[in-house]
Amino acid sequence: MLDLTFENPKPKVIAGALHDWELVIGMEIHAQVSSNAKLFSGASTGFGAEPNSHVAFVDCAMPGMLPVINEFCIEQAVRTGLGLKAAINLRSAFDRKNYFYPDLPQGYQISQLYHPIVGEGEVLVEMGPGVARLVRIERIHLEQDAGKSIHDMDPNSSFVDFNRTGVALMEIVSRPDIRGPEEAAAYVTKLRQILRYLGTCDGNMQNGNLRADVNVSVCRPGQYERYQATQDFSHLGTRCEIKNMNSMRFIQAAIDYEARRQIAILEDGGSVAQETRLYDPDRNETRSMRSKEEAHDYRYFPDPDLLPLEIEQAWVDGIAATMPELPDAKKARFMGDFGLTDYDANVLTAELDAAGFFEEVAKGRDGKQAANWVINELFGRLNKEGLAIEASPISAAQLGGILDLMAKGEISGKMAKDLFEIVWTEGGDPAEVAAARGMKQVTDTGAIEAAVDEIIAANPAQVEKAKANPKLAGWFVGQVIKATGGKAAPATVNELVNRKLGL
Amino acid sequence: MSIDTETARKVAHLARIRVEEADLPALAGELSNILTFMEQLNEVDVSEVEPMTSVTPMRLKRRADVVTDGDMQDKVLSNAPDAREGFFAVPKVVE
Repeated sequence: MLDLTFENPKPKVIAGALHDWELVIGMEIHAQVSSNAKLFSGASTGFGAEPNSHVAFVDCAMPGMLPVINEFCIEQAVRTGLGLKAAINLRSAFDRKNYFYPDLPQGYQISQLYHPIVGEGEVLVEMGPGVARLVRIERIHLEQDAGKSIHDMDPNSSFVDFNRTGVALMEIVSRPDIRGPEEAAAYVTKLRQILRYLGTCDGNMQNGNLRADVNVSVCRPGQYERYQATQDFSHLGTRCEIKNMNSMRFIQAAIDYEARRQIAILEDGGSVAQETRLYDPDRNETRSMRSKEEAHDYRYFPDPDLLPLEIEQAWVDGIAATMPELPDAKKARFMGDFGLTDYDANVLTAELDAAGFFEEVAKGRDGKQAANWVINELFGRLNKEGLAIEASPISAAQLGGILDLMAKGEISGKMAKDLFEIVWTEGGDPAEVAAARGMKQVTDTGAIEAAVDEIIAANPAQVEKAKANPKLAGWFVGQVIKATGGKAAPATVNELVNRKLGL
Repeated sequence: MSIDTETARKVAHLARIRVEEADLPALAGELSNILTFMEQLNEVDVSEVEPMTSVTPMRLKRRADVVTDGDMQDKVLSNAPDAREGFFAVPKVVE
């Protein structure tokens, strides 16, 4: 069982000129569904293609074209809902959200305002060992993405590409349960991790496959607790929505700027206007998106081209039966089965591929040692080379082989690091490589003893010093290992040196 | 519910339909009539009736997640008043 006892993190407090303020944040995450084809057409979702080459006539809204839903996108939304422990609505429906913009050829976005496919769920956001925020999910709905406008190719025109138009998005809406910029980033990180484990969104923020709208308001200490007790929003301040951010750093900077802007207005005796704002990373400020203001009248209505979406409980159960182990469960298992620390378990479960690699190395071996080697040696080396775990030149079996040689006492830790380096660059079976290169530590006490005697006899002055200060015995250990060409087992040398020096 | 000329102007703008100033009062009157008729329908108690979504009992048609369409940039752009380098070119939109 998962240990779900945790303490809530403290909310971020900003000191104003008059008194303290707290932050209240809710987020809408737009996650692109991992699928081959679009939500309502058979065109590809592939990124980086020739402009307007992944466009079906439905996507560019040619007259008479009708949308037909992609069944896999429904499955992905359900899987995501199950991963967030959410209620799945067996009956949902599509609505039209009407507005005009050049990247929206239909003149409306097909979305799910009134009856979303996924209802209330939750995400546990850890902020440190034993400290976590349980962020409530309000809903997840399926909707179409818009196209892409490019403004810098021509001085008088904007260029529009509909390749992204109609690609399926999941909009994941949280309750205002997030209390600071760091928590907001941690929430996005956790959600991204879960989506990647589920395989429902690749989480690539750079390509815009995961984007965040952030609702920020500020309130006096105590007000938020009143809201939580009553769920009455009037206890909270007026919120502003910062649109479309695709970097953790920008999300945090935008929240911080926006909170301070609102505090300055309120302390000046003014009131915050509810509006949509845009974050400008170059100037580190948020600006009102005036063009969006009147467009806010979206005149939603049920899409007459699409029947309600009805799914069967048995189908949902079938998806539930194929759910992978999720990050929280995996982390708890790694800590329980392999004796890992909270920190190591976090690092090793951050990415599914890395977790799988570690597990293969750790299986039947010392878990803590496997964790140290995967985190320090392997990850360190991969980072240095800018490689992902899938591209690791050293396999889990090879790394396991190195650890086995060390566990059997055939090679020392120092030799293991050298062997890792050789296998990394040249490949090969670790045991064979070690044998071919004569990498074998001497554990034969007789041979080591002779070397120890020799060094002690040659250095009487050092012997006196070491007897006075036992810490200096290390010098002898080093000399003996050097004298044996690095092959003497350090543990054996250490023991012999101490005995011979009478320490 | 009655629609005034100001609301008629706003609705026309949201729908991007150009309506001459002189035509607004008549349009507002027509919209008001339609809404009044709707209000009349509201008098019927439908609280026990499920909304009808289709005249025939049909399930929403689905497709498999297979790429079957696209790769026709020429056709997609062929109606565009202005297309350049594979893009639709539109009057500059500045945010």
